[in-house]
Amino acid sequence: MVEIFQHLSEGFLIAFTPLNLALIIGGCVVGLFIGAMPGLGSVNGVAILLPMTFLVPPTGAIIFLGAIYYGAMYGGAISSIMLGIPGASTAVATTFDGRPLALKGQADKALIAAAVASFVGGTISVVLFTLFAPPLADVALAFGPPEEFALMILAFATFIGLGTDDIPKTFLSIFLGLALATVGLDIVSGKPRLIFFDITGFYHGINFLVLAIGIYGIGEMLWTIEQSKGEMVVTKAQVSVARTMDALREIMRSMKTMLMGSFLGYFVGILPAAGATPGSLMAYGVAKTMAKDPKSFGKGNVDGIVAPESANNAASTGSMLPMLTLGIPGSPTTAILLGGMVIWGLEPGPKLFVDHTDFVWGLIASLYAANLFAVIINIAFIPAFIAVLKMPFTILAPIIYVLCVVGGYAPTKDMHDVWLMLIFGVFGYLMRKLDYPLAPAVLAIVLGPLAEASMRQSLIMEQGSFAIFFNRPIAGTIMVIAIGLLLWPLVTLIRKRISARKTSG
Amino acid sequence: MRVAELVMAIVLAIFSLAIMFKASELPTGWIPRSGPGPGAFPFWLGAAMLVCCVAIIVRWWRRSSPPSRSEEPYFDSRSWHLFLIGAVPLAIMIGLIHVIGVYFSLPLYLLYYLRFVGGHKWPLTAAIAIVMPIATFLFFEIALRIELPKGFTEELFYPIYDLFY
Repeated sequence: MVEIFQHLSEGFLIAFTPLNLALIIGGCVVGLFIGAMPGLGSVNGVAILLPMTFLVPPTGAIIFLGAIYYGAMYGGAISSIMLGIPGASTAVATTFDGRPLALKGQADKALIAAAVASFVGGTISVVLFTLFAPPLADVALAFGPPEEFALMILAFATFIGLGTDDIPKTFLSIFLGLALATVGLDIVSGKPRLIFFDITGFYHGINFLVLAIGIYGIGEMLWTIEQSKGEMVVTKAQVSVARTMDALREIMRSMKTMLMGSFLGYFVGILPAAGATPGSLMAYGVAKTMAKDPKSFGKGNVDGIVAPESANNAASTGSMLPMLTLGIPGSPTTAILLGGMVIWGLEPGPKLFVDHTDFVWGLIASLYAANLFAVIINIAFIPAFIAVLKMPFTILAPIIYVLCVVGGYAPTKDMHDVWLMLIFGVFGYLMRKLDYPLAPAVLAIVLGPLAEASMRQSLIMEQGSFAIFFNRPIAGTIMVIAIGLLLWPLVTLIRKRISARKTSG
Repeated sequence: MRVAELVMAIVLAIFSLAIMFKASELPTGWIPRSGPGPGAFPFWLGAAMLVCCVAIIVRWWRRSSPPSRSEEPYFDSRSWHLFLIGAVPLAIMIGLIHVIGVYFSLPLYLLYYLRFVGGHKWPLTAAIAIVMPIATFLFFEIALRIELPKGFTEELFYPIYDLFY
């Protein structure tokens, strides 16, 4: 415990150096803008802006991206409330009550409620994170290749067991990501693999950023432009100090809901497939069933805003827990952060807590700070963010495309990757129209090289027997849970069949 | 939508076969003392993808996945229009980078999009089309020292390099 405080105070010293502080504030502002823009969320911001972080050292880079992640979670609520269009998928549940409240002329109350709830959710989850991360990392330090591989299988299994997407398509997305990760020189034998049409650009492999920017930059813009129909109406918000104080007093009565949302969101966020979107929807559902007057939900109940908003911020911190301690990302955004660590020359996993304490604790401390700055900037500059909503897509879209092209070139300095990114973007868009989930592919291309290495090392340990994944206590337990999750959809299907037969017979 | 679902599954199945074919050029079996051959992992991933494609096609046949039941067109004329004005100029811009370099194709692209797609006024268009490339240059070439491709316009940049280095 004492050790944690010591590390944390060292972390604060790192986070409050002028450069890092500037990065936190800058990241919050950028994140808030990205979150506020309809269609763009944390994952898009982090993917498109990751190449820009090559300018600063890894600690500064992760602090900046962490602040964007946080800011985007706050910002998502702004367009949900003012436009009735979720600023990001994580803020879908915020539209249910945020929009009606705004239409009643209380947009300011809704915005402040969202900001305060985000702050509570963020703070509680960072505290939980600080307490859980070091012990979990200690346990994970003992993990060998079989355990690492089992954990990755578990991460993929959550997409099947807990996801709501079409199962064959989810599997396909995972395998596709893993297969793309094998392109290039094989680490063990040094032989080139999957060099299609003998194009030399494939020799250096497919950088995960090429897929991530393709899908979350180019593909996302194509998708958003198609989805946005007609003119949007921005609600007017009255902002004054007196009204803010009144609103704050009323919001404080929803503290219980915020606490519920924070804890629920945090634990849902840890699971790779779940993350902030289902976390916020679940919190909304629980808040509704807990309420004395469930009928007022959907008509502008403050509880209906604070529940999802506290949950989505808590979930974003939750998803960082497995990323930092186990090297397994808890969300698409953290998958990109994990890939970023590899580019910055760090080895993700529990060893970070031993070898790179400044990086880990600098990040954790920066999350406390980012949370505080995000809430202040958010409430203080509400009018500025509302102005962003009026910015036409025809300005935003070309700028984002340009950032994608330049950012896609930067990591490998090869035009081949820019073309590949365009192809992934277009294909991703076409697949998304047919309900193919793409987040598993991004997770898989990041984890692919690690998964293959750990599997091959494990198999060498046991002379090629897959038994190694089952006869070690920790790996075995994880594998059994993973298999359970993989079979879960089958179980529910059989149960449905049986109950259907009972009712028909 | 129904046709598109089938076509996409077939395209992905062909891609899986291509992966399996390419992977099988390398040893896919067990190599004593060094573990599975380098082709093993991609080969079986390709095989797994193929199984998924077959499952998707079966579900298409039985009409049990939503897109295989949908009567809506995959692309209506509006979506086509939006897709084409988004993706084709982007491809042209990337193609032009090979010839005239980043710093001439970016402004051209921004000019096209802001002025002719967005219908924005000339001052705004010009401002963004000029500021974006300059910011890109300062950020990548000067701060990060990552040289972006310039095609035959490379020589024009020598005096600017002299200015900074």
